[in-house]
Amino acid sequence: MAFIDYYKILGIDKSASAGDIKKAYRKLARKYHPDLNPSDKEAERKFKEINEANEVLSDPENRKKYDEHGKDWKHAEEFERANQQQRQYQRGQQQSPFGDFGGGDYSDFFESMFGGRTSSRGRTSSGGGVKFRGQDLNASLNLNLKDVFETHKRTLTINGKNIRLTIPAGVKNGQVIKIKGHGGEGINGGPKGDLNITFSIENNTKFKLDGDNLHTTIDLDLYKAVLGGEITVDTFDGKVKLKIAPETQNGAKVKLKGKGFPVYKKEGSFGDLYITYQVIIPKNISEKEKQLFAELAKLRPS
Amino acid sequence: MSKEKFIPLQKLCELYKVEMSFFSGLNDIGLIQISLVEESHCIHQDKINDIEKMIRMHLDLNINIEGIDIAFNLLQKIDELENEIITIKNRLRIYEN
Repeated sequence: MAFIDYYKILGIDKSASAGDIKKAYRKLARKYHPDLNPSDKEAERKFKEINEANEVLSDPENRKKYDEHGKDWKHAEEFERANQQQRQYQRGQQQSPFGDFGGGDYSDFFESMFGGRTSSRGRTSSGGGVKFRGQDLNASLNLNLKDVFETHKRTLTINGKNIRLTIPAGVKNGQVIKIKGHGGEGINGGPKGDLNITFSIENNTKFKLDGDNLHTTIDLDLYKAVLGGEITVDTFDGKVKLKIAPETQNGAKVKLKGKGFPVYKKEGSFGDLYITYQVIIPKNISEKEKQLFAELAKLRPS
Repeated sequence: MSKEKFIPLQKLCELYKVEMSFFSGLNDIGLIQISLVEESHCIHQDKINDIEKMIRMHLDLNINIEGIDIAFNLLQKIDELENEIITIKNRLRIYEN
């Protein structure tokens, strides 16, 4: 269990007055408060740290204990046994105001020295029957691009509960979908919170996705590019035959309408597929081919 | 209007130890909408997350009502920009590999 320097966390020295501590804490709290840094895990971690530091240093009794024993806290168990009764003191009366964020999430060092916190402000049984909506929960779901080509149902286990949800086709990487009523339990019979699912979508296919459109490059042999013909190409969900126009240039693009990715929440609507032709110049040509190319070259002097 | 879906402001004042004028101020500035349900001033339960956030900003960070309005506007802008970044990042993936 590592010693935590609460003075360093708040950026103050050991001689700091109660006013200095409050000022330093408030300044850092304004910077890292979770309400002002939504979805920022690093800010949340920093906030918990400063919250913990404030909880210790803003209380004279805690501060004294920390200053006296903090660095020697290797003997935590002995100390705990000797002071077991003292540890029963009520902490709930002088806790940080940030009850909704810090509750029960303290460092081992803190827990060992001061024990767990006993209550938090706000959403407690002291609410006198007021109904509160439950907490919103956040989860992330990793899928492959192929998984979101079609709308399908999937069962997720979140906080030990199985939730069956419909994943709409065309959901995008980084998109957040709110599932109403699947968050934390409400308080005093209040409604449940929501579940926010962030989708992380990996594309392992040869297709590149741009909005709802797909892009791919296919090789085209020189003779088909010059003379034209027919080829079979892969689309995202099958194959199609394509006519190649004579004299097709390298880098030429064709658009296959409606062969792209499904449009999110627009059933039956698809983006387009863009195919870029990459004309392949033959390698290891024979003497005969060389002669013929030379003849062709003579017909088109540059 | 179903009373079930509304929370009386009086209860919130007692619970969070804030003055009714705080909610009136939020209402005046357009951050919340106070509804009259069975002669008591209430807010819709769906707004409780935002309202709790406003209360925390006010009580914990000493931010006044105008400051809360600014913070909410900026947070909304951050949210929009984050969504834009996601869209742009997804487009950039086309040029990767």
